[in-house]
Amino acid sequence: MNWGSPAEFFAMGGYGLYVWGSFGVCAVLMIVEPILASRRRSDILRSLRRESLADKLDSQ
Amino acid sequence: MSNNKIIHWFKFASPQSFYPLAGKMIPWFWGLTAVFLIPGLWISFFVAPTDFQQGEGYRIIFIHVPAAWMSMFIYLVMATWAGLGLALNTRLSGMMAQALAPTGAIMAFLSLWTGALWGKPMWGAWWVWDARLTSALILFFLYIGFIALQAAIDDARRADKAGAILALVGVVNVPIIYFSVKWWNTLHQGASVSLTKAPTMATTMLWGMLLMALAFWMYSIAVALTRVRAIILEREAHTEWVKELDEVKA
Repeated sequence: MNWGSPAEFFAMGGYGLYVWGSFGVCAVLMIVEPILASRRRSDILRSLRRESLADKLDSQ
Repeated sequence: MSNNKIIHWFKFASPQSFYPLAGKMIPWFWGLTAVFLIPGLWISFFVAPTDFQQGEGYRIIFIHVPAAWMSMFIYLVMATWAGLGLALNTRLSGMMAQALAPTGAIMAFLSLWTGALWGKPMWGAWWVWDARLTSALILFFLYIGFIALQAAIDDARRADKAGAILALVGVVNVPIIYFSVKWWNTLHQGASVSLTKAPTMATTMLWGMLLMALAFWMYSIAVALTRVRAIILEREAHTEWVKELDEVKA
């Protein structure tokens, strides 16, 4: 184990800004990207559903 | 026998059969991402010892190297799909290339970003115009150019063709990035891991990096499959099979 305390862990031996700046941005992008990708699918699904409903109403 | 196999593969090359297959594969790739990421992060922060020269700052390589590898690898896969689309005119190929580009761009960005955050404390500069950094920046611009070019052309098939040509021309940049540290005198260090000789780093660090690289790889597949499903629906919106999907009829 490298760290005596949580404070030591977050300080990263004085490199905290650089280490957490790297891992933080990486984490944010890797959380946001899948959300955007699945939202893109739910957007197109919503408009497809609307279209299919409109078709159904037309044929009635 | 072999004929059947060919038919089998071409079957999955159609958007109609790939769409449900991709849907089934996505949870597995998320699972694999977690399987590699958790021990990868554990090693990165708790097992790998402090570097005697770079202190704790070196821990950035646990994401820098995987991101840089993926940025190059995704480009090669994207260009392969684009080239297949150009040669065989298969519908799915262009969609796969389009689905990979944003993930590749993010990996290229992350390699530059984490590289800058490592460079500042270690070299004293966020950025230098050396061959490795410059060619990695060009890779990022190639991704952006590919995305922008495709977005600028309304007709999807023509957009695929134009994008494919850009992607294929840009492939020349990938070996330039890879060999830049050998060909030129760069500030960037040489490869820590190569196919031809033993790695020049401690085993625990190497394991951490490989696990993180596998996690990034599985992540890239999961997110690209999610995106390709959206693209398939967008492009095949007016086909019968899409109208017959349970998630559309409901």
